[in-house]
Amino acid sequence: MMNANESKIKKQRILIYIFFGFLTLLSILPFWIVIVNATRTAEQIQQGLSLIPGTNFMENWRILRDGGFNIFQGYGNSFFIAFSSTALSMYFSCLTAYGLTVYDFKLKRPAYLLIMFMIMLPPQVNIIGFYRFMVNLGLLNSYIPLIVPAAASAPTVFFMKQYLQTIYHPALVDSARIDGASELKIFHSIVLPLMRPAIATMSIFGFVQSWNNFLMPLMLINDRSRFTLPMLVQLLTTDTYTTQYGSLYLGISMSIIPLILIYLFLSKHIIGGVTAGGVKM
Amino acid sequence: MQATTEQSGKKRKLAKIKNTNKFGYWFILPFFIVFAGFNLYPTLYTLYLAFVDISGFNFEGNFIGFQNFSYLVTNNLFLQASYNTMLLWVINFIPQIGLALLLAYWFTNYQLKLRAQGFFKSVFYFPNIITAASVAVIFFTLFDYPRGPVNMILMQTGVLEAPFDFFRSAFATRSIVAFIQFWMWYGQTSIVLTAGILSIDKSLYEAAVIDGATAWQTFRRITLPLLKPITLYVLITSLVGGLQMFDIPRLLTDGGPNNSVETLMTYIFRQAIEGGRNVSIAAAASVYLLILTIILSAIIFFLIRDKSEREA
Repeated sequence: MMNANESKIKKQRILIYIFFGFLTLLSILPFWIVIVNATRTAEQIQQGLSLIPGTNFMENWRILRDGGFNIFQGYGNSFFIAFSSTALSMYFSCLTAYGLTVYDFKLKRPAYLLIMFMIMLPPQVNIIGFYRFMVNLGLLNSYIPLIVPAAASAPTVFFMKQYLQTIYHPALVDSARIDGASELKIFHSIVLPLMRPAIATMSIFGFVQSWNNFLMPLMLINDRSRFTLPMLVQLLTTDTYTTQYGSLYLGISMSIIPLILIYLFLSKHIIGGVTAGGVKM
Repeated sequence: MQATTEQSGKKRKLAKIKNTNKFGYWFILPFFIVFAGFNLYPTLYTLYLAFVDISGFNFEGNFIGFQNFSYLVTNNLFLQASYNTMLLWVINFIPQIGLALLLAYWFTNYQLKLRAQGFFKSVFYFPNIITAASVAVIFFTLFDYPRGPVNMILMQTGVLEAPFDFFRSAFATRSIVAFIQFWMWYGQTSIVLTAGILSIDKSLYEAAVIDGATAWQTFRRITLPLLKPITLYVLITSLVGGLQMFDIPRLLTDGGPNNSVETLMTYIFRQAIEGGRNVSIAAAASVYLLILTIILSAIIFFLIRDKSEREA
């Protein structure tokens, strides 16, 4: 009786692993095909599918580059925006979370409720007013509208506050206060270092979110030299690459490879972050 | 601040700490300045734009009341976009939550004791991290006509006799958009649900095992009911995100064929940035999007909450 049950579970387990294998293929195969095709000629790609890389990488790269697909500029622009906005977002979220955790003041509760309310608002509903406002300020083609708003990221403040509540104790800062350290100095030298684990987790999500952002730069940037990576990807569908399949696939590959590398190294942290916060990117 | 020596050290410390409370304002001030400038003001400005008649490159408009709103409810493309947005969310979410629950059930099943869970979770989550714009272009090339990889696989295996032009079929294009959403999000949903199940009090399961319940029975009778709050969270965040779908339909077919994957966001973008630059129409459509989001979230919230109260 027990044995029959055991073998039934064993069978079930094998079927589940087969299903997991199928889902694994589903996750990886589309990217694999794209990367392999980036190394094949347009003719080979037209003739049939292959899962083994070809030898046409350099030629594809030449065509891609000569067509004006300036991927390194795109990397640079996207990195600059993602890095700056993440740094701003982490610093000011910690600052805000600290203010809301440590001090007791009249507007503390309304401020916190407002932040909770902001988490639930769909972020894109004010995009028309945002766009018009930036036009009025003469900030088209500027990175300011893509970077500065990150300083007011409600979900990040919420996450930081949750974390701070688990580690903060008044005794932590009391002695520094008696020594006469300023409040800001206490925050910088004692609290901020303690928040490193939370900052690490949220940085990854903040960076990836900014890196992947498409709608905002699409609205605000039209100078080609300031295009971000997703905007360059868009060029692939419209430009001269429609018959140059190898170059088209190479362009897509180059747009996804940095994220694949990041994921290879940080997937454990990312899954941990999703598990802990239910973070929605 | 001069404290007299008579006061006890404790009292002095307390007084000092009490006085620091006003610093709270300084700490939260930068957040609220940026919020006011880049979020609150643009929101109010959007609301204002929805009630005037700005189009083209004008900057001044006349107040026209609810005309933009009444225009939209009779505009076929807008109605189509609203319908598409909800349809695409529903047909991606139902299989997504179904598969995610199944995976969460397997991941937490004490009899199965599956191995390499960390690996599988990472792999299932993987598509979520890739730039949606790139994903759209990838699927665009994979389903290319006539000689894209999918057409070639289907012909080599004999499923199709002639290549099929997926992006000329409304049904196929909608299915592909919904599939991409499903594929990018089921891993995330399953991880969140797994975490939710693992946070349920272990003693409930131990009691069920002693009572001789099967794994499926405990899942059905203990896990699912206790999972309601987190399911509610998943539903609403997915809905809020889904109603704003833009990157995938925009880069896959730009809303086509026959506007079958035109969403509210692609519609708003088209109105505001392209062609006639109907900024006020776009702003009114944004207000509708906000109202739709609030109504649907509220419906979901009350449906799930009421149900759990009735059962309790």
